[in-house]
Amino acid sequence: MQRLTDVLRRLRPGAGGSVRGSGAGGEGEPGQTASGDGSDAGDERLRADGGVAAAEETGGRRSLLSSDFVQSIPFWLPPFLLMGFFVYGAIGWNFVISLTDFSGLVLPEYDVSNFDLDMYRQALNDPTFWTAAQNTLVLLVVFTALCLVFGLLLAILVDQGIRFENTFRTIYLLPMSLSFVVTAKFWAWMYNPEIGMINVTLSQLGLDVLTLQWISNPDTKLAAVIFALIWQFSGYAMVVYLAGLRAIPDDHYEAARVDGASTLKMYWRVILPQLRASTMSAAVVLMVFALKAFDFLYVMFGNNPGPAADILATMMFREAFGSNQWAYGSAIAIVLFAMALAVVAPYLYAEYRRGEL
Amino acid sequence: MSSPPAGPTPESNTRRERLARAARNADRTRIALYAVLGALVGFYLAPLEAGLMTAFKTTDAFNRSVPFLPPIAEGFTLEPWRVAFRELWNGLINSLLLAVPATVLSAGLGSIAAYGLTTIDWKYQMPIVALFVAGIFIPYQAVLVPLSRLFAIVDTQSLLSVLWGLPLMEEHYASILNLIVTHVAYGIPITFLLFRAYYQSFSNEMIEAAKLDGASVFSIYRNIVLPLSKPMFAVTLIYQFTQIWNDLLFALVILPSGGGAAAPVTVALNALSGGIVQSFNTQMAGAFVAALPTLIVYVLFGEQFAKGVAS
Repeated sequence: MQRLTDVLRRLRPGAGGSVRGSGAGGEGEPGQTASGDGSDAGDERLRADGGVAAAEETGGRRSLLSSDFVQSIPFWLPPFLLMGFFVYGAIGWNFVISLTDFSGLVLPEYDVSNFDLDMYRQALNDPTFWTAAQNTLVLLVVFTALCLVFGLLLAILVDQGIRFENTFRTIYLLPMSLSFVVTAKFWAWMYNPEIGMINVTLSQLGLDVLTLQWISNPDTKLAAVIFALIWQFSGYAMVVYLAGLRAIPDDHYEAARVDGASTLKMYWRVILPQLRASTMSAAVVLMVFALKAFDFLYVMFGNNPGPAADILATMMFREAFGSNQWAYGSAIAIVLFAMALAVVAPYLYAEYRRGEL
Repeated sequence: MSSPPAGPTPESNTRRERLARAARNADRTRIALYAVLGALVGFYLAPLEAGLMTAFKTTDAFNRSVPFLPPIAEGFTLEPWRVAFRELWNGLINSLLLAVPATVLSAGLGSIAAYGLTTIDWKYQMPIVALFVAGIFIPYQAVLVPLSRLFAIVDTQSLLSVLWGLPLMEEHYASILNLIVTHVAYGIPITFLLFRAYYQSFSNEMIEAAKLDGASVFSIYRNIVLPLSKPMFAVTLIYQFTQIWNDLLFALVILPSGGGAAAPVTVALNALSGGIVQSFNTQMAGAFVAALPTLIVYVLFGEQFAKGVAS
């Protein structure tokens, strides 16, 4: 890209054009008179024979804007403003609301003199908050770790030069294409204590001891949720690891083999360390999925999954949209956001340092 | 496994062929491998299979039979599917009206943003790139209250009141429009990242040559970058379509409570259980009806979907 920049600099010596307002990307039709702002008339542009470019040159009056920066604005600025308003503007707004006492059906009052951290204090003194925070952490860590392990095993199995590899891969990834609403419906049926698949299968195998009230028993509730989520997302970890495995040169396997390493040792000592980048990116994305598991819990349990499976996302939704405790809900959302930031910021920074952003 | 040549040359001594040779030496390992892979297929398909069987059973049949066995004789019925289609039909229409424009717009905007920040290269673009990319990872809970406030303040329905008198227009399209804008805005970060990774792989020479021919940034995008983006558009459109189709959270927050006439299919499916106790057959049929478009897209374009999630 640097070379392109140089070329552009050479081509456009007259700096300081005006910005074209419209973001319509479809201009540059041959012969079209672009709505030029008529600057940079004395531009010594290189001309080439024929083609679209020549036609445009004769079209003539297009404004020859100076720098790459100015020229790039119509492309990225409109999407950036839309995204920025909804993402960063909304987070800022959410933070402001969390400083107020906004609740009930009245309108929020944004009065700077009344801003305080009461809602955060309330959260810290709320046992429900601590339970939810704990469950969120457990979900995050256990789900991510198990998904990674399971996904890696899947990837290694699929990477053995098997027949019908595409079919297997497609099936393993299939649950990920489904909505949380759909998978929650399926798993509510699977976990049904009397006639659900899991308990029926277990008792047919003579394992009646193991038939539990999977999703109503507080001891197994969170585990059951995590299991279902692993079912849905381990295929994702597999796809990421598979790409990682395929990127490892064959001679690394060869070398380990020559050194007489067993298969297990080879994967542990030689292959696994080379999958660090895959593990990192898969882990971050899986954690984001775990933070978004709200839909699944909401469909399975409604807005109150009970203390055993309540996570910050469900608690936030319940406080804000169930009880109209808008400010309190916003404060919980900010805590959740901070958790996500703690996971993502180091990752993005590392990516940036490696020049892979 | 297609058999490699008998006398292994150094070139053919690749990992895969070596594995194939090893496999012939250890048939038993091979059988075990396929057994495990098959069992895993069972694991991933079991909930779908049990759901599909249940959807064809009468209430009496699914209460008394084994979930994963097909219905027998008088236990077979299509009634759950009829009910599910009837209840979810509006939701399917709404989801389609919502997902198609939102998918196309977010892909298009992601593409031009990535072009402006990747192919056109300028000095201080990294902070903006970082802001785009970080947008992928935010938990949506952090924007829900502001979103509900925003759409309480910006009353699309009254603003566009002129439209509702027109033929084929309905007032609840205003809520769908709100949802479209929201999905486009939150979809831009991921589409941006997908296109950026793709545009980074473009050769400089090509763009440079176009520049030397005097092509403007607009015509380079239109005549070179956009036509070359087709494969990435396929990936992005497929990924975004499933994401938007599958969403529940935004619909819960932005639509008037209960979803009303604008409820997408996920909201309708969630409400399907309401009232009728333990009608698992209808729920399963409904789950399949709601999942059908994404399943079709996935089966037809699984490769592109895998690419979308892998990056």
